Order: sequence, then C-alpha cells, then structure tokens
Amino acid sequence: MHIADKFSKRPHDCGPLMLRYIFTRLGSFIPTFIGVTLISFMFIRVLPGDPIIVMAGERGMSEERYQEMVVKLGFDKPVIQQYWDYLTGVLQGDLGNSFVTKKPVWDEFFALFPATVELATCAMIFAIALGLPAGVIAAVNRGKFFDRALMSTALVGYSMPIFWWALLLIIVFSGNLGWTPVSGRLDLLYYFDDVTGFMLIDSVLSGQEGAFKSAVHHLVLPTIVLGTVPLAVIARQTRSAMLEVLGEDYIRTARAKGLSPTRINGVHALRNALIPVITVIGLSVGVLMGGAILTESIFSWPGIGKWMMDSIFRRDYPVVQGGLLLIAVIVMIVNLTVDLLYGVINPKIRKR
Amino acid sequence: MKSRFFAASAAFALTATTAVAANTLVYCSEGSPEGFDPALFTAGTTFDASSHPIYNRLLEFETGTTNVVPGLAESVDASDDGLEYTFNLRKGVKFHSSADFTPTRDFNADDVIFSFERQQSEDHPYNAVSGGTWEYFRGMGMGELVTSIEKIDDYTVKFTLSKPEAPFVANMAMDFASIVSAEYGEAMLAAGTPEMVNAAPIGTGPFSFVAYQKDAVIRYKANAEYWKAPADVDNLIFAITPDASVRYQKMKAGECHVMPYPNPADIEAMKADSDIVMMEQEGLNVGYLAYNTTVAPFDNAKVRKALNMAIDKQAIIDVVFQGSGQIAKNPIPPTMWGYNDAIVDDAYDPEAAKAALEAEGVSGLEMKIWAMPVQRPYNPNARRMAELLQADFAKVGVNVEIVSYEWGEYLSRSKELSRDGAVLLGWTGDNGDPDNFLAVLLGCDGREASNRAQWCHEPFQDLIVKAKTVTDQAERAKLYEEAQVVFKDQAPWATIAHSVVYMPMSTKVKGYKVHPLGGHIFYGVSVE
Repeated sequence: MHIADKFSKRPHDCGPLMLRYIFTRLGSFIPTFIGVTLISFMFIRVLPGDPIIVMAGERGMSEERYQEMVVKLGFDKPVIQQYWDYLTGVLQGDLGNSFVTKKPVWDEFFALFPATVELATCAMIFAIALGLPAGVIAAVNRGKFFDRALMSTALVGYSMPIFWWALLLIIVFSGNLGWTPVSGRLDLLYYFDDVTGFMLIDSVLSGQEGAFKSAVHHLVLPTIVLGTVPLAVIARQTRSAMLEVLGEDYIRTARAKGLSPTRINGVHALRNALIPVITVIGLSVGVLMGGAILTESIFSWPGIGKWMMDSIFRRDYPVVQGGLLLIAVIVMIVNLTVDLLYGVINPKIRKR
Repeated sequence: MKSRFFAASAAFALTATTAVAANTLVYCSEGSPEGFDPALFTAGTTFDASSHPIYNRLLEFETGTTNVVPGLAESVDASDDGLEYTFNLRKGVKFHSSADFTPTRDFNADDVIFSFERQQSEDHPYNAVSGGTWEYFRGMGMGELVTSIEKIDDYTVKFTLSKPEAPFVANMAMDFASIVSAEYGEAMLAAGTPEMVNAAPIGTGPFSFVAYQKDAVIRYKANAEYWKAPADVDNLIFAITPDASVRYQKMKAGECHVMPYPNPADIEAMKADSDIVMMEQEGLNVGYLAYNTTVAPFDNAKVRKALNMAIDKQAIIDVVFQGSGQIAKNPIPPTMWGYNDAIVDDAYDPEAAKAALEAEGVSGLEMKIWAMPVQRPYNPNARRMAELLQADFAKVGVNVEIVSYEWGEYLSRSKELSRDGAVLLGWTGDNGDPDNFLAVLLGCDGREASNRAQWCHEPFQDLIVKAKTVTDQAERAKLYEEAQVVFKDQAPWATIAHSVVYMPMSTKVKGYKVHPLGGHIFYGVSVE
C-alpha cells in the first residue's frame, strides 16, 4: 500500500473505529451488570445470620411472630423467585426498602452519595496533584536520595492502617494544634437545606459568611486520610512508567537534539507514561470506595461507606444488595470512562 | 375499692428550673436513629433521638430512676381484679407545629387511641405505614394482653386486659407507648404522605424536631409551650459520631458537651481531665452464664452451685470490663426496685468447689462454654470471659471447650432444649420492672426461648406468677426478693456482672442525670 493511501484513510477510520470501540465496551456493561445483581444478591445471603433473628437480638421472638416476619420480608418465596423479584424491581428503578429504617434504598443512597463523591473527588485530586509530580521527580532522580526517600515514604503511606492514621492526624491537628475540626462536614453553627448535597457548593449557595471556609476546613483531614493510599500508588506507578519511557529511543533522540530536560520529562516522557497511570487512577476509584468505609466512620462523614458497613452488620439485605449494585455500577462507569479515555490518548487502543 | 396510683402531680413541676438563654447543647451521639416514630423501632439510639426529646407517654419514668410517674395521664386507676386501667388525661397539652402542620386542638383521648390502635389493629390505616412491624408492642404480647381501648370521654381512656398483668403500668411508660398526634396522622394520610409521621415527627415533648441530615446532624428546638417548664436550652443538637475515640476528641476540642459510651481505655484520662465531669451508674443489665439445667450433671443444683464457686468474678471485672463493671450476685441489677441486697454471693473458693463436685460424684467433667461473637454492654468481650472461665474451671478439674457461632446462629441455637454447654449471654431491661428480667429470662414459659437455662422451678415460678397479678408495688417487691433467694439457692446461672455506664460531659453542663434505663435525656439539662 502506498504510504499516501494510508494517511488519506486515517480520517475515515477514526470515527467508526472509535464508535465500535465504545459499543464493544458498552456491550460488556450489560452482562457485568446482571452479574453484579446476582453477586450482590447472593453475597449477603451466603453470610451466616438470619436478619430476623439478628433484628430481634437477645429479646428473641415467638415462632408465630417469626413466621409472620418471614412472610412480610418475602423470605418464604423460593430464592429464585426472590432474585427475580429483586431483578425486575431493579430494572424498574426500585431497590426495595431498608429493613431498618423502612425507607427506600434509592432515597437513602442519593441522600448520602454526594458526601462520598465530594470526599472521594477531593482525595483523588489530592492524590494526583501530589502523586504525579512526586513520581516524575523520583524517576528523574532515580537512585538518588530524593528517590529513595520518596519511595519509602510512599511504601509507608500504602501500608498505613487507615483508622490509625486518621486518629493520629485528629489527635495532632485537631487535638493538640487545634487547626482543623475533629469530625463532621460543617460547623454546627451553620445550617441550611441541601441543594446539591455537595457541601462545598451548598455552603457557597447558602450565602452564609464563613460556611465555605468551614466546609473546606472539615474536608482537609478526611481528604488526606482517604487520599494517602491512592497517592502512594500513583507516585509509585508514575515513577516506574516514567523510568520505562525514559529508557526509550525517542527520549534519547530528544536528548541528543538538545531539548531541555524539563521539556523531555514534562512533555515527551510524561505523556506516554500516563497510560498505566490512568489505569491505576481508574482502579483507585474502587479502592477509594473501600477506604471510604473506614474514613467515613472515623470522621463521622455521612456518606455511603458507613451506611453500607452498618447494613452488613444488621443484615439489612435490601440496603446491602442495592448499595453494592449502585457502587458497582459507578465503578463500572468510571472504568468505562477510563477505557474511553485511553482511546483518546492512544489511538492504537481503538483497534484492539 | 380502687387503688389510686398517683396523686395530683403539681409538685412535679417544681423540680424544673427556669433559665432563659439562647444557648445550645450539643450531644455527640453514637449512631443514627432508625427513624423518629419510637413505636416502629427497638434501638436505644433511636429512642434517644425520638421518644425522649420529642414525645411524652401517658406515664413516664422519672429521669434518673425506674419509678413510674404521671406523664400525659394525670393519674391512673386500676380495677380490683387488675383487668381495667383507667387513665385520666392531662388538659391543655399542646402538640408541636411544623411547616406542614399546625394543630387545631389540644392533646386528648383520640391521640391515645390513635397511638395504640395503629399498633394493635391490622385494619388501621397506619398499621402498615413505614413497614410497621411494631416490634415492641407485638414482641411484648401487648396485642393479646390489651383486649380493648375505650374512650370514656375526651380526657378519660380505659384499657381492658385479658389477664391481670402488673407490669402493664411500666409498659405504658416505655418508648413504644409514646403518644403521637391523631390529627397529624389524619392530615398526612389525607396528603398521601403518611410516612411523614415517622420522618417529620410531631409530639408533645420538651423539644420539637427541626431537621435531620442523615447520619450527620439532628436538630431540635425547645418547645416553648411545653406542659411542664420549658427546657433549659434553646437548641439541642445531636452530632452523630460513631467512633468513641473521635467523640472524646470532639469533647476535648469543645465540639460537643456530652458523649455516651467512652472507650474503657480512655476512662482514666477523662477522669483526670479537669474540663470533664465523669458521671457513672450501674447499667440496667446483667451478664450471665446459663447452664442447661435439663442436661446431666447440670440438672443438679449442687453441681451448678459448685461451679459458681469456682468463678473468680473480680478477675473478670478487672480484665474483661477493665473496671467498668460490677460483680452481679442477683439476676436483676441493683438500680431496680425489688433488688434483694441481703443475698450473699457465692464466695470464690476453688477448693470448696472441687470438694462439692466430688461429693456429687462428678469427676473428669468435660463441658462447653458458648462465647458470643458480639460486644454488648453486659459483656464487652465474651471470648476473653470464656477463657477466664475455662482457666477457673480447670482449677477444679473441669475441662472446658469454648465454642462460638455467628450472632444470629448463636441466638437461635442457644435456645435449643438439648443444647450442649453453658451459654454466655445477658439482658438489658426495658421497663425497670423485675418481671422484665425474672419472668422473661427464668420463667417456665421462656424455655426454648429467652430462658437459656431451660430452667423451670415451681417455687420460683409460683412467686413470679403471683407477683404479676398483685398491683401493690411493695407487695410485689417482697415476692421478687423471695424469688431471688430461690434463684440463688438453685443457681440456674452464674450471675457475672452488671456494666457500669459512664457519661463524660463538659463541666459547663449542669443538671444531667444518668438514666438507669439507658436513655440519654436532655430535658432539665442546662449549659453555662
């Protein structure tokens, strides 16, 4: 094929290939979704512990009362039937009502979800803003003191038990120094109705003086705690991706051409090193959801992490299966976005 | 002759103070309420946020005691046969107002009927609202006990019972018996939003509900029209803080005034802190080891008694409770009326225990001890407790195997009549009535259910049945004291401990009383 033909075809290929790529990714979304409904449904039922007996506790209940509750909660139906009812409910947007609060799972989730998103977003921005430059600097100074110090710090960060780290920060910064509030999302002085559920936005919309500052103050420690693990992972991943790219021929060529090190490292190398880093960032969203459970519990952050944990202990079936499903869908959407982003960054991927 | 329970309660109002200041009390609560209609739920955390601040009951527990005093009923008359209770209602009691509801009338008999009938009758439009399972009402058998609730006039209501049941009076002071507004119920039903009765509560209590941000903050304001003296603070805020260490940090940072359930490890430091006042009281609970009295050799009271002598309870208090517990000698806690303080506990004496076992022909005994998988106030670490018991019993030649199951499994398996082994468990009282411990946990009807000892002993049973039918409290107390003597002699359990409840609070907080029933009550509390 003449080289000119190849070039002339490119604009035509780009559109359909990208579309096909999107559809393939979306196609895999549906079976995954069904799989997640099944797993979330099975997961809580496989755990030992009858929710009715757990609900009654030491008090217990009579046999008749127990049977009555079994019927009320639909446990008398065959499991297949229960799953089918659940699945059809989900497809109609009905995730059932919590056994504990008796409220729709859907309403509870969306009342709490913005708090988690706000915290996770801040944690992610924190992790990327510090992790990327740290990784690049470490790679450029490979083997030197800075590299070693940074990488061992990252290892410590990665291995840090979250609850311990959180308490340590609270004791030092809130207790001893008094720089940050201990827990919560906003000073109790301020009170306004939720508009978006995002405190940073709502505090500005409320027009109350000092509310935004208070919201930011409350975010600092949870952001650091939740962002620590992704920060460590991103820094290490950036470093190794950078090292790989820095060994490539085209970097040597660029050096030979006399380009400034800043330009080589910051533009030529980093751009190509970003692909694995973006993968890690995408995967970290799942990790953040896990970390949110502990972080939210400690900082009394009213998000879905704590809500899920309480529900698992209480064997609140509808909340656990509904919550798992929604979280899984969100992680799937994020990963889908990341996949699509690869396509944008690296055209070669579209063809796979 | 009718026995009059309560005289007019004018003296009652004198105890309340009259401070007026735009101040706020912040309570770092340990968890989120399930909702705000107490009859729907069973958790203490929910009652703290609903029945105590927002509602009243016909009768109430006097804060800081288990005594039943008049609430929305000024008095109650019991018929001689103990089957009819007539409540004379208080006049001029106002319900709260909210953005969606303004009451047009005062509290009256219709509200009482509404509050109970929704729990009682399956045809009631509110019976199934908010997934209503009415756990306490149904679980305590109120449905079968109460045969009718009649409105005699606007301020008189008569309850008719199917059998004499003296604890009924205490039951009417329990959280599930909170009085909700019938008018509000009708308005919300007409608006198609009956679940608002639970979500945006309207009551007659000292505080009215302002807002709840799920899992974060609950806000209340003082009810200026309260039928007693208004609350001493203008605003009450619950800052939901699940982690005990974080609650402590918040106290230190001045972000809250009062917190419940401190970490045992922090108690010493809190006591040493000059900005913190530490209040303490025995909890209304008991932790016990229940033998299976239907299985040899545990069917022999002398064997059970011998094993009880082998237990070093002080070591358990020190190690398992880290000091936040008290040795239990009776199956009911000392804060409860009817507690028999004359009873002497089995002395810790391994030698005597060994000899007693030999005298009964028991040697080389192998047994199981069940350790709960969860933390409870009456037993913060069942595994550790079981290990200590294992060591104690080894000293008298009894070989113990420790077993455990997931909590739900544990609760259901431990009920089995043929269960192998002694079970660690406990109980937290509901209504401060000894019947709520002795009949529920040790009565013959409780076998294969809450009576984990599977114990049915006629002299004991006769006493507790009789105590249910007598309405005079002094006479009942005597019967329960006797029952405790029988219990001690027969030893179906080893009574181990009552927890000690600690309430740390800022020195600025005045007038707080630790409530033996476990609730956290902020009416009558002020902040400097």
